[in-house]
Order: sequence, then C-alpha cells, then structure tokens
Amino acid sequence: MVTNLPAIGTQFLLDAAALAPLIPSLERRGYQVAGPTIRGAAIVYDTLHSLDELPAGWTTEHEAGTYRLKKRADDAWFGFTVGPDSWKRYLHPPEARLFAARRDGQSFQIVEENAEAPRWALVGVRSCELAAIAIQDRVLLGEHYGDVIYEARRRGLFLVAVNCTVNSPTCFCVSMHSAPPAEAGFDLALTELVEGPRHRFLAEAGSRQGAEVLAELGPAEATATDRREAEEAIKKAMGGLQRSMRTAGLREMLYEHFEHPRWEDAAARCLCCGNCTMVCPTCFCTTVEDRSAVDGNGAERLRKWDSCFSENFSYIHGGSVRMSAKSRYRQWLTHKLAAWVDQFGSAGCVGCGRCITWCPAGIDLTKEVAALWEPAGPPRNGGHPAPGPR
Amino acid sequence: MSSEENGQGRKPTVAVFKFASCDGCQLTLLDAEDELLEVADAVEIVYFPEATSTMIKGPYDIGLVEGSITTHHDAERIQQIRRQCRTLVTIGVCATSGGLQALRNWKDVGEFVRRVYAKPDFISTLKMSTPVAEHVPVDFELRGCPISKGQLLELISAMLAGRKPNIPTYSVCLECKRRDNICVMVAEGIPCMGPVTQAGCGALCPSFRRGCFGCFGPMESPNTASLTAQFRVLGQSDEEIVRAFRGFSAWAWQFRQAGEECERS
Repeated sequence: MVTNLPAIGTQFLLDAAALAPLIPSLERRGYQVAGPTIRGAAIVYDTLHSLDELPAGWTTEHEAGTYRLKKRADDAWFGFTVGPDSWKRYLHPPEARLFAARRDGQSFQIVEENAEAPRWALVGVRSCELAAIAIQDRVLLGEHYGDVIYEARRRGLFLVAVNCTVNSPTCFCVSMHSAPPAEAGFDLALTELVEGPRHRFLAEAGSRQGAEVLAELGPAEATATDRREAEEAIKKAMGGLQRSMRTAGLREMLYEHFEHPRWEDAAARCLCCGNCTMVCPTCFCTTVEDRSAVDGNGAERLRKWDSCFSENFSYIHGGSVRMSAKSRYRQWLTHKLAAWVDQFGSAGCVGCGRCITWCPAGIDLTKEVAALWEPAGPPRNGGHPAPGPR
Repeated sequence: MSSEENGQGRKPTVAVFKFASCDGCQLTLLDAEDELLEVADAVEIVYFPEATSTMIKGPYDIGLVEGSITTHHDAERIQQIRRQCRTLVTIGVCATSGGLQALRNWKDVGEFVRRVYAKPDFISTLKMSTPVAEHVPVDFELRGCPISKGQLLELISAMLAGRKPNIPTYSVCLECKRRDNICVMVAEGIPCMGPVTQAGCGALCPSFRRGCFGCFGPMESPNTASLTAQFRVLGQSDEEIVRAFRGFSAWAWQFRQAGEECERS
C-alpha cells in the first residue's frame, strides 16, 4: 500500500536498474506493454515483456529516403529517435471489423463488434508523439462524431514518455512546437542520462496512476544538478536540429500558392505510393470495405487505413476528383499544414520527420514548404485558383 | 450475378480456360480448399479441364481465362471464348499482361525456335506473347503470379452478390505498411517495385525482407521515372533497372516504357 505518492510534476532520480519493475508493475495493473525494440533492420514498437528487450546500445541514422541501424558508443536504452511506425497502430488500428451480418430468412441480423479494447501501456513515447496523440484526440474524440474504436483504446491508455536527448537529421519538432521536454499528456516521463558507467533516469509523474507506478520504483528526489543535467541534454539535442519549417503565416501562404510551380516539381518525384500517410502519426483516413461470403449468408464491414494518394480516395459519382499526382500531393500537404488548422484548430504535423525518412523517393516536406514560400511568379488563370486538375 | 439475375433460375455457370501459362492461377482455385465446396455449391463449374473431365459446351455465365496469347490458334480460340462468356475475367499476369513469356517480344522468337526444337518447321507461334485484352474486351482482371486466392474468392463472392469487387488499384506500399513491415528500400537499400506495383498480394515479398518484383503489374498511377531515379540512388545499374521493370509484368505498357526509357538513357 503506497502512502506517500511522489508529487505530480516533481523530478525524481532513478538508477537504470531501479526501472526493472516498471513493466511487471504495469502488467499487474492489467496493461499490455509496448515499446521500442529491434526487429529486422529497424527499431519498431512492439510488445515488451522486459526492459531487456529495449534496443540498448543502438541508434538510428535518418536522411530523406534512408534509415539505418547503428551501434552507439554507450548502452543508452533510448538513444535513437522515432522509427518506421507510430503509436497510431495501437490507437487507430490499420484494420478493424465494424460489424458483421448474418442472413435470417428474408431479413438479416447485425452482429455488432463488441471485442474488449486492449489496454496498452506505451513506453518510450516521444514529445512529438504525445503531440500527435493530442492531435488524434482532437480529430477522433470529436465532440459530436467520436470514433468508438479510438475512444475505447484511448481511454485505457498509460503513457510513459521519454524526452529525447538525441536528434535525427529529419527531426523538426522545434518548428512544430512539439519538442521536449514533454509538459503534459503523459502518466510518467523519463529523461535518460548516460555518462560512462553511470546510467540514470530522471522521472516525473504526470497523473495519479503514474505517481503510483513511480512510487513502486523507489525514487529519490532529484537534485538541482541532476535536473540541470537533464535540461542541458535535452537542450543540446534540440539545439542541433538540422531541419526547420517556417510556420508563421504558413496556412495563408499555402492557400495563396495553390498554383505554385513547386507542386508540379514535387509531383514529378512523388510516387503516390502513400507511404507518407501510413507512417504519419496523425493521418487518420480510412476506407470501408464490405465483404460477403460465397454462400451469400454472411457479410462483414471492414475499416482500413486509406491514403489520399490513391485514386479511389477521392472517387465520387462519375470519377476521382484528384487524378494527378500534383493534386494529390497538394491535397496532402495543404490539408496537413493549412486546412487542418481550419478543421481542428492546429496543424496536423508534429515535426517527427517520418514522412521524410520513409518516403521511398526521399521527398522532404521541409524543403517542399521552403520552396513553396518562394514567390509563385506571375499568376496564371487571372490569379483565381483553378479547379482541381483532373 | 445471382441465379435470379441470370434470368434462368439456376446457378451461374463457370468455365476455366487456359492459354500460355503454368497453370498456377487455376490451381489457386483448387487451392481454396476451405472455400472450394462453398464455391462449388454457389456456382456450377461446367468446364475446367485442369480439374475435371466433364466438359459442358457454352455459353457460360463466367469465363476465367489464364495465360497469354502466343499462337495463331490461341488468337482464334480467345475470340470463340469471348463469344461464349457473358462475363470474361482474366486471371494472372500472363493473361493480364503477357507474362514472363512476353520477354520474347524484345527478341527474335524464330531464333529461340531454331535453338530449342530439333524440327523447328513443326512449330507455329506468334512473334509476341500478348495479354488477352489486346485481343478481346475483358470485363475484369485479376493480377499476380499467381493470383491471390483471397482476391479470386472476393471476385466470385462479389459477382454472386451483384456488388463491385474490392480489388484495390493502389500501391503495394499500403498493404506493406498496414502489415507493419519495415520498408526494405528505406531501411536496407533493397530495390523494391512496391511503390509502382498494384496491391493484392498482401505485400508478400517485402514481408520476407526482399523487394517486390512487380508480379501484380503497374498500380493505378505508377511514377516509374521517379522509381528509376531512386534505383540509381541505390546504386543500381541501367541494366539492373531494365531487368527490374522487365520481369513478370514486362509487357504492361508502363513497365515496358520504363524499361525502354532506361535502355535509351
């Protein structure tokens, strides 16, 4: 029985070894635990049963269109940045059955999906990813049209944030105001400090639940020196970001530059493969597919991740609205950085850089936006936005 | 196409035809072990030499055609088949784009015949291997080498229910990402045809950490020039790039064009 809970918002210090009971403690509370681990050629998020499964001593190298695993000089557990996949998979699954139907004489019966939502504890959530979850909350928990699948999974969530003390060349979280340290939206937040054989974590509870878990780890209050060390490590990582995006007035600029020549230029490189939308932690679009059994007695409706880069995505009566790569790339970028603000009150980008790293053609969102900031040249079509090209 | 819909109050009849091919796509139907009885219950398979010696004459409600057109006899036979089938569906990459045997289209087939056969005079063949759709109108295509069992059952179920089949035309990448695969091109520098290839296989090859080789043919809007440029970044030679496009779906026009452009450069 815990009596004195660690105060929310106060920094505590833990030796790395003292974190070992973290996963058992979460599992005891009924959570399945997921976190970063090595699978094949990448650090992915997967189910964890022990902190030994973390990618200790590994880091990742990112550039537009390339990603490589590399050994680190130390044994840091979180010495890498975001991987190929985001936590979106856990909250907004790539495929879900909405309902099934069975034939019943001349009528039919709906068989509702009532599988219990898994309760996930996610370990190693970066501040950009917390920002992404907050964005998906605004989109999918919407006041009037909440998504029941997301809501059920979100309700049971326990978030262990990790403040980045490393960066990748494709990160631009500072521009998108999602840089560490994480300030809210977590149950527990960790900052890793590795110095020779000394391997410690600063830990902070963000919720009562988080404080209860932290209490079990036997934390000691952090000294001012410890806190400063953590702050410096985060600041150093964020000071070294190589990419940025000019965001003041971005929405207006994108609307004005609807006919900018850069769209055509990007379209020549864009594969319309949809990878950027799949790896994006905020892209939420789905499609619905109906399946019927061969014997005609059963049917089911499935929801699957979809992408605005597919032709069918904009199919309405008579055909697709966006037939050109230009119109699709423009739709994605303009929605993410401009129309999203109108719809949901913030941009849909957190600066994680996944769309840059995982674009097979190496298209760099920050470079495209920088080019779009350049004057568009004399307006064609009398300055009026042309209807979407077919 | 329900039995009410064919207007005769009976189960729709299905015929399966073979042209130049390996039989693998027809075998996919037989391979649908769990569902085969259901299929046999819902339709009447009246012509399927691969599976049964019963051969009932047409017309047929649904014709499934495997293989490419490579002989004069094929070219005539496909016309007759078209006339006998209300709905004609081509199955597999041979039927939909000419298959691997379409590699002959860049070579002198007479030379092959002279080298392979002791008595080349007995061999009558066309210069090119071509997809069925170059000869007759086709109602629907199922891609792949071989086709996907799931897509075949989806097509049959959809036709029976009178609804549009869910056969996506977007890239393999969408299936790959939904499956939580790690992109082999980005993470390992392996050339992968996935971004220009149509989904349907469930991203089979990338799931085993190898690049897609494009057996489902071009996706709806393949940017082959961009993929070619990226293959060069990955250190692929022009010869290797030509080979990537000139594989199972070599004669599909977008891949054909991409290979030829690379050869010219």
